[in-house]
Amino acid sequence: MRRALLLLLAVAALRAQVPYERILRAASEPGSWLTYSGTYESQRYSTLGQITRANVGRLKTAWMYQIRGRHKFEGTPLVIDGVMYISEPPSDVTALDLRTGRPLWSYRRNIPEGMIVCCGQVNRGVAALDDQIFVGTVDAHLVALDRKTGRVRWDVEVADYKTGHSITPAPLAVKDKIIIGMAGAEYGVRGFLDAYDARTGRRAWRWWGTPGPGEPGNETWSGESWKTGGATTWVTGSYDPEANLLYWGTGNPGPDYIGDVREGDNLYSDCLVALDVDTGKLKWYFQFVPHDVNDMDSNQIPVLVDTVFRGRPRKLVLFANRNGFYYLLDRLTGEFLLAKQFARQNWAKGIDPRGRPIPNPSTVPSVEGAVVYPDDDGAANWHSPSYSPQTRLFYQNAREWGAIYYRTEAPYEPGKVFAGAGRRRIPGEEGWGALRALDALTGEMRWEFRVHTPPWSGILSTAGRLVFSGTMEGDFFALDAETGKLLWRLQTGGPIWAGPISYLSEGRQYVAIAAGSSLVVFGLE
Amino acid sequence: MIKATLLLLAGAVAWGQTTPDDLVQGQRLFGSQCAYCHGPRGDGGRGANLAVPRLRHASDDAALVQVISRGIPGTGMPASALSARQTRQVAAFVRTLGRVETQALSGDAARGRLVYEGKGACGRCHTMAGRGGGLGPDLSDAGARSSPQYLREALLDPEKEVPSGFLQVRVVTADGRRITGVRVNEDTFSLQLRDLSDQVQSFWKRELTEIHKDQGKSPMPAYRTVLEPAEVEDLVAYLASLP
Repeated sequence: MRRALLLLLAVAALRAQVPYERILRAASEPGSWLTYSGTYESQRYSTLGQITRANVGRLKTAWMYQIRGRHKFEGTPLVIDGVMYISEPPSDVTALDLRTGRPLWSYRRNIPEGMIVCCGQVNRGVAALDDQIFVGTVDAHLVALDRKTGRVRWDVEVADYKTGHSITPAPLAVKDKIIIGMAGAEYGVRGFLDAYDARTGRRAWRWWGTPGPGEPGNETWSGESWKTGGATTWVTGSYDPEANLLYWGTGNPGPDYIGDVREGDNLYSDCLVALDVDTGKLKWYFQFVPHDVNDMDSNQIPVLVDTVFRGRPRKLVLFANRNGFYYLLDRLTGEFLLAKQFARQNWAKGIDPRGRPIPNPSTVPSVEGAVVYPDDDGAANWHSPSYSPQTRLFYQNAREWGAIYYRTEAPYEPGKVFAGAGRRRIPGEEGWGALRALDALTGEMRWEFRVHTPPWSGILSTAGRLVFSGTMEGDFFALDAETGKLLWRLQTGGPIWAGPISYLSEGRQYVAIAAGSSLVVFGLE
Repeated sequence: MIKATLLLLAGAVAWGQTTPDDLVQGQRLFGSQCAYCHGPRGDGGRGANLAVPRLRHASDDAALVQVISRGIPGTGMPASALSARQTRQVAAFVRTLGRVETQALSGDAARGRLVYEGKGACGRCHTMAGRGGGLGPDLSDAGARSSPQYLREALLDPEKEVPSGFLQVRVVTADGRRITGVRVNEDTFSLQLRDLSDQVQSFWKRELTEIHKDQGKSPMPAYRTVLEPAEVEDLVAYLASLP
């Protein structure tokens, strides 16, 4: 009896922790949401099936929490043992009681005045490991908090914010390390991906987005241009424990729109890279847009799927790129398998058999103006797609909008904008968008659900054969995962810039989404 | 009093030194530092339209300098690393974007006001000092926002450049009603418009069988068919005189 009690206590103590092994098995614990993209595979598929096509029409608001700041609310929450952890922009963290939505603690960071961040002081979420919560900050620090109190365990500077470095993505916890990406390619920074020891905050490794002199790939940059070459890492990547590899997208080369000052392919900008998680060493890379002049950051979510492809079992990575193409790669070797256009584009005349695009010279920004599809917000962007093993469909919110790019100048000075073009809308054109369901293995579109404004919402698919997403006009909605039929919607009153999640509280399934300045939780009545 | 004089002097030093070369530099800096969001001509895109006489977050030159150097909290407008001199150059250039050149006009503003209120019946669709309709833009400060040339063109040929935010839409309802108006709001599921009698009508899109968006169309008649040329000039003079 006593032994059983002790065992029970030990199990309870373990449950209160988030060891690496628990994140590794996140798929077997669908009541929680343990890492940014749900699992290391980043499928954003929940095996919870209480909310179904039959009853989703009865979905009601369970509670709401309003954030304090005025910046865009782009976060994906974590749910662990009765507590929801959210990041509030710019760089705060709040723990909410899962039953009531009431705050348990908040970490409020003093952000220096005069922050240089190109596209808003945002944060997309936190990471959990053992008894700590981790957040990257817009002033480019990584902070470890006590999971029970929110008090600071350690706080390290990742880079100098005064030169345009910032951190907006959620960290990724793997083994004993916290992997953190960064932003700043509109300011001529040199991109990198860092790993820190979760206990001490000591940096374990750094992988540079542009290779230095003597390193392979440095020859893809003319002169010293690699020093200001961007290739930042501002969207959280994925991880394959068997291969021991991290998969991470990299951003645009700098300056964004002027290529003649950086002749060459500009590695490793606009790539998917596979890095050894223990050392940060590059295993392979695939470059979606060599020598990009249209700001086509490949900072999207790499979705990992194991399946039979063209007759044999393969470990795949699925990647819907900002450039309008959906890609399939072998994730052990980086071998290019397929590219299929999923949104309007004119920057490439096609993709050759090795996966290299055939560029369209008319889309190079010019003094007279160059019409480019998609615009530099992309056909896809950081907003998460979802893959459902149930329907074998890949769900992507596609943005349909073009723009005209006028070349300007881009002299490099630390902390100043390093872009090289101005953007105007195409007169009379209203952008639009669609949630598209693609056959995951061919990229063929099966159906689409059109939305009024080009969307920035992430997607969740569930075992209830549902797909959840939102619109910039504030609607949060559920579709039939097989047909795309609208089954439920609610006007939340604020634009949706975030990804939905699902979890259990007291045995019942809920769905949560950040909309406007509110975190809204829905459940069945 | 002494303090005020000193402040004035400081202001004069800050702005009195703006030379034509400063404006050229300001334009170059605007191209490299600001056009990324505000567009090469400053009329917006990602960021706000700066080609307007009054900036919402910068009521005077000092505030504009502050906004450029410190950013606007809670928005996408970041701080900048421009030097004090560069900031002033950019600010001076931004001020030129929304400037409306004054020019001598042949019309008579007082007669133009009578045309506005009488034969033109402009207030049916436009607002003047808080009174009038909502189908067209508020004209209370038309002279500050638009040049006489633009105002004349807008009167004679309203479809040459339809102001943004006033898209003409035509819808057909499931029960066969046809309604034309100006779009107030649209989302994925619903549409609200202001019909030609200035009434707001709201629809779920599922209730509509047709939605037409008439880009480049305007419900405003071409006033060359309504007014005599002299009356047009009087009306232009009146609108151009508005603060």
